[in-house]
Amino acid sequence: MTTREGDDNLPEKAPVPDPGLPDHTWRPTDVDEAAERRAERQIATLFGLSALCAVLFVVSYVTLDIGEVTTTFGGLGASNLALGLSLAGSLLFLGIGIIHWARKLMADHEIVEMRHPARSSDEDRTETVAALNLGIHESGIGRRPLVRNSLLGALGLLALPVPVVLLRDLGPLPGDSLEKTIWAEGMRVVRDVTGTPIRPAELQVGDLVNAEPAALFETDDEGEPLIEGVQLQVEKSKGAVIVVRIEPEEITPGEGREDWGVDGILCYSKICTHVGCPISLYERTTHHVLCPCHQSTFDLADAARVVFGPAARPLPQLALAVDSEGYLVAQADFDEPVGPSYWERDSRCASTPARWRRATPPPRPRRRSRVPPVPLPPGPTTGWAWPRRARSSCARSSPTTGRSCSVRSRCGASSSCCSPAPS
Amino acid sequence: MLGEIALWSFVVLLLTGTFLTLWFRPSMAEVVYMGSYDQFRGLHMSEAYASSLDISFDVRGGLLMRQMHHWSAMLFIAAMMVHMMRVYFTGAFRKPRELNWVIGALLLLLGTLEGFTGYSLPDDLLSGTGVRAADGFLKSQPVVGTYMSFFLFGGEFPGDSIIPRLYTVHVLLIPGVLLALIAAHMLLLVYHKHTQWPGPGRTEQNVVGYPLLPVYAAKAGGFFFIVFGVTAAMGALLAINPVWKYGPYDPSKVTAGSQPDWYMGWPDGALRIMPGWESNLGPFTLSWNVLLPIIVLPVLMFTIVLLLPFIEAWITGDKRDHHLLQRPRNAPTRTAIFVALMTFYGLMWAAGGNDILATQLHLSINQITYFMRAAVFVGPVIAFFITRRWCISLQRSDNEKLLHGYETGIIMRSTEGGYAERHLPISESRAFALTSRDPDEPYSSDRGTDDNGVVARGSRIARVRAGLSSKWYENDVAAPTRAELEEGHHHAEHEHELQAGLDHPADGHQFDGHHTVEEGPLRDDH
Amino acid sequence: MRFLNRSAGRLSRHRRGPLAGLLVLMLGLLLTGGLYTAFSPVQASDSASNEELVAEGRELFLTNCAFCHGQSGEGVRTIDGNQLGPSLIGVGAAAVDFQVNTGRMPLMQPGQQAPRKAPTFSEEETAAMAAYVASLGPGPAVPDPSDYSLEGMSDEERQEAIVRGGQIFLTNCTACHNFTGGGGAMPRGGYAPAILGVDPKYVYEAMLTGPQSMPNFSNGNLTPDAKRDVIAYLESIEENPDYGGFGMGGLGPVSEGLFAWVVGIGGLVGFCVWIAAHTTRSTKDKVTA
Repeated sequence: MTTREGDDNLPEKAPVPDPGLPDHTWRPTDVDEAAERRAERQIATLFGLSALCAVLFVVSYVTLDIGEVTTTFGGLGASNLALGLSLAGSLLFLGIGIIHWARKLMADHEIVEMRHPARSSDEDRTETVAALNLGIHESGIGRRPLVRNSLLGALGLLALPVPVVLLRDLGPLPGDSLEKTIWAEGMRVVRDVTGTPIRPAELQVGDLVNAEPAALFETDDEGEPLIEGVQLQVEKSKGAVIVVRIEPEEITPGEGREDWGVDGILCYSKICTHVGCPISLYERTTHHVLCPCHQSTFDLADAARVVFGPAARPLPQLALAVDSEGYLVAQADFDEPVGPSYWERDSRCASTPARWRRATPPPRPRRRSRVPPVPLPPGPTTGWAWPRRARSSCARSSPTTGRSCSVRSRCGASSSCCSPAPS
Repeated sequence: MLGEIALWSFVVLLLTGTFLTLWFRPSMAEVVYMGSYDQFRGLHMSEAYASSLDISFDVRGGLLMRQMHHWSAMLFIAAMMVHMMRVYFTGAFRKPRELNWVIGALLLLLGTLEGFTGYSLPDDLLSGTGVRAADGFLKSQPVVGTYMSFFLFGGEFPGDSIIPRLYTVHVLLIPGVLLALIAAHMLLLVYHKHTQWPGPGRTEQNVVGYPLLPVYAAKAGGFFFIVFGVTAAMGALLAINPVWKYGPYDPSKVTAGSQPDWYMGWPDGALRIMPGWESNLGPFTLSWNVLLPIIVLPVLMFTIVLLLPFIEAWITGDKRDHHLLQRPRNAPTRTAIFVALMTFYGLMWAAGGNDILATQLHLSINQITYFMRAAVFVGPVIAFFITRRWCISLQRSDNEKLLHGYETGIIMRSTEGGYAERHLPISESRAFALTSRDPDEPYSSDRGTDDNGVVARGSRIARVRAGLSSKWYENDVAAPTRAELEEGHHHAEHEHELQAGLDHPADGHQFDGHHTVEEGPLRDDH
Repeated sequence: MRFLNRSAGRLSRHRRGPLAGLLVLMLGLLLTGGLYTAFSPVQASDSASNEELVAEGRELFLTNCAFCHGQSGEGVRTIDGNQLGPSLIGVGAAAVDFQVNTGRMPLMQPGQQAPRKAPTFSEEETAAMAAYVASLGPGPAVPDPSDYSLEGMSDEERQEAIVRGGQIFLTNCTACHNFTGGGGAMPRGGYAPAILGVDPKYVYEAMLTGPQSMPNFSNGNLTPDAKRDVIAYLESIEENPDYGGFGMGGLGPVSEGLFAWVVGIGGLVGFCVWIAAHTTRSTKDKVTA
């Protein structure tokens, strides 16, 4: 074992001998009276400027307005600028002055101190170890297993369960609250902020409406909102939706979701399935929606399957219908939990709602499927084309796992999971 | 000095933070805003956000203090990182300072958490989006995820408890631990005494410097005012975190360019480039796409950083005290490892800003993401090898200087017509500083099989250790020995003498110390 | 007599030099033309009838736009079914006014995004093309300034409009365009452009017509009042001073981090270098008193 111990800087090994500390040389301020006086004046000036800036600080505080009428200076808020610069000046001049003093005028000699080894001396070590051992021996903890084990048990119970249990009331248990939202059958879809309900005819192809459930805008007889404050935020964090209108020919509805749209008007949850940021970066031409947080991209014309990014599941879709007055309403609550995944989120067939189940597994879709182009009115076309970007994902979501099919996953392959609906 | 930036920034944080606590209300109760920012007059918002607006617009100096607090938080963490890099590259973490390194790593971690809790307090749209993402991270934890989320938020997201709880953590719990750890860090520094660069008069047994009083106290105290002043200047001139432009947090609103503060940028980058992997285990969901980048990776990285001194000590088998710093070039493998880690960090950091990169540099975020997915694995490897070779080249160049002197810039033409540059020997103090290095001694184990053919226990690990150790020191260029130096000097002199055909010292060798200076001019007279 | 002395004659001889007549003629022409221009009634092209405008627009369209948008604005598809230029039937005058007056159209080269650039056509030419495209099919018209101005509103109503506009802006617009309207990234190299300092008319038209990849915010989606409120909010935040100092681009934490490192750490490291540097040394020796 050649671990090295102890001091290693032996003179015979060093190729160049230590020339020793260099001789001390004086600074101009040490040898020249005029330079010394000049340095003193410089330092005093710096401290004087610092004092001046402090005074300016007080003056700015008192004279410059903020609030209803904000004094401005060059397009910037004057109070912040003046207070900040004067404070900065006061501090910087002070600091520079002190350091200038240290560099120019304070005593300039370097000193040498010997180090001591960090390791305690052998004597100290043996003494300490001996004392420790004696104490342990005399306590008898080694010889009395009953005492020791009962102590450990008592400490363990005190240290772990007691504090943990005290924290139980930090919050309620999740229950099934993550699986439900405020959406219900017949609830109108209303525009966010204004709260007005939506008629299908009002929307054009390419429109994107940021919408909420109507319950969030209901008021009581006195005009006070029924849901407000924290409750409102909680419901918004699950119930916010986006409504888009797409050309019906371009839509490939999810399995069993053919009647979930109204004339090409589709409604999806606004909450990203990755970690829950709201999404509304809608690219009208590709009908992709992008999440600004981590760039998960979903194809809204294709049951919101994931086309890029770290999200693993498509956006939940809200089934739409039209009520008797012609306004858009929900057919029911979402058929799966909204928002980020969590451990208990069950996506097996047996607990998946009926809409998702199929009697027979679907045929394996072609790997490269494309939405067929809109038929053109007759007219000239060019004889050349832009290079086509091939889509490399299935056009569907897996009915067994509910997640989007990437090139690597196999759609409908795990048919053993899918059993016919018992009802 | 870099650690001092962190230390003084912490003091600035305490001072400005105390100011803010006098006006900030850590409550999510809904109030109607009636302050002077017209664009939100009459809106419902949380008290926390309303009080942040009040501090910004209705308290004189409030906006300045808010901005100084935020800038000094950024400087605090940046300074800790730069300080950590310096300590690592110069080998100052070696025995007996490993514990100080551990404390420093904990300080970095706590500082990051402190910053996160701090900028989430105003409950604005940007930081609220970050808190929403944090909720998503918690929920993705296996088994206990939803419980952790519900307990932290006091129910469903966003609840009404998160801001007050973050406030307690930010104002009491973490600062308390930070203060204790900083005190321990300083105490160890005083006990061990500061490290120093090798140089004339400086050995492993002593420490040379100015006395604490008055010079160092003055310099450190003055630097405190400078750090404070620079922070004030930044708070005056550069607007940071304009919460009034983001608006109060609303779970259905978001802004483009949603990033956490820079020190959380690298896990965000990991999250962005992660592919969307999720497994279903029966009735349970395991979100690899969130777990791996935001839980597993940071814990792994932090653990690696924490254990770096111990890993190096194990590989090199070096148990000596070290008080002299090493130039990074003299420890090529160590330097290369850290540069590789920095490359990994930097690429993740850049990935965290991929949408800003896309808009500013006219690129596609999709392409940036694909590039980063490969680059974070390939980049560090390339950086490792390049850095290692670079260090070794620098060591060779140092040795050139030692053996052949430095280039004077005086070009001489020989009688045959060839050009040569005169070299002068470097000064003795420089030579001493360059050669004041421990020789590299790779760990080798003399365990193996004994005479009876019995393999010693633990010899497999010892062999691995020896192998790693020899790889660690592979290709390192040792400082020349005394004999080599003498030979080099004589050789140089001899060569010149041959070329000149003279019996007095060759041009440029008058000041070698071997001859008196009167014997010849510095330059030939013709 | 004075008039007939030699100097006077010499002078008038110069006046009657060979070029004098030409100069007088030029002066006369300039004077006539200038006076006519100054005092004649304005012969504006907007006094031309709508048919003339549409015809002029059609001419411009055929020479500049038909290559991508088809001879009758019906759009052009490539053999593979990709779109070269979309159909302009039903996009309305507002779309043309937006695209052409901001210079986005005509597109200089095909790509992910039509960037804003210096407009190629004058206002009159654009109006003509807009009239032509409007004639192809009914679509949104160019908005009148009264559509998006707050004139005639009391201070309180104005205040409410701005607050409401802010909330609408934060709900619908900031996701793509960022919290200051500074713009944001979209997939595959596209981007939502900055809307700071953009003429309110173009903001209105962009919301109405949904240019390129931007979704529509038709009047059934965001009512004209809502659009007015959004524009009022944008104008109000443009008028606001930079309360805290320079905005560093309004891009959020990324630019803040950059400045923290470069300005903050850079500056402080600079100070460190100064503090730790060796001070000047003198060759003199101290005289012991």
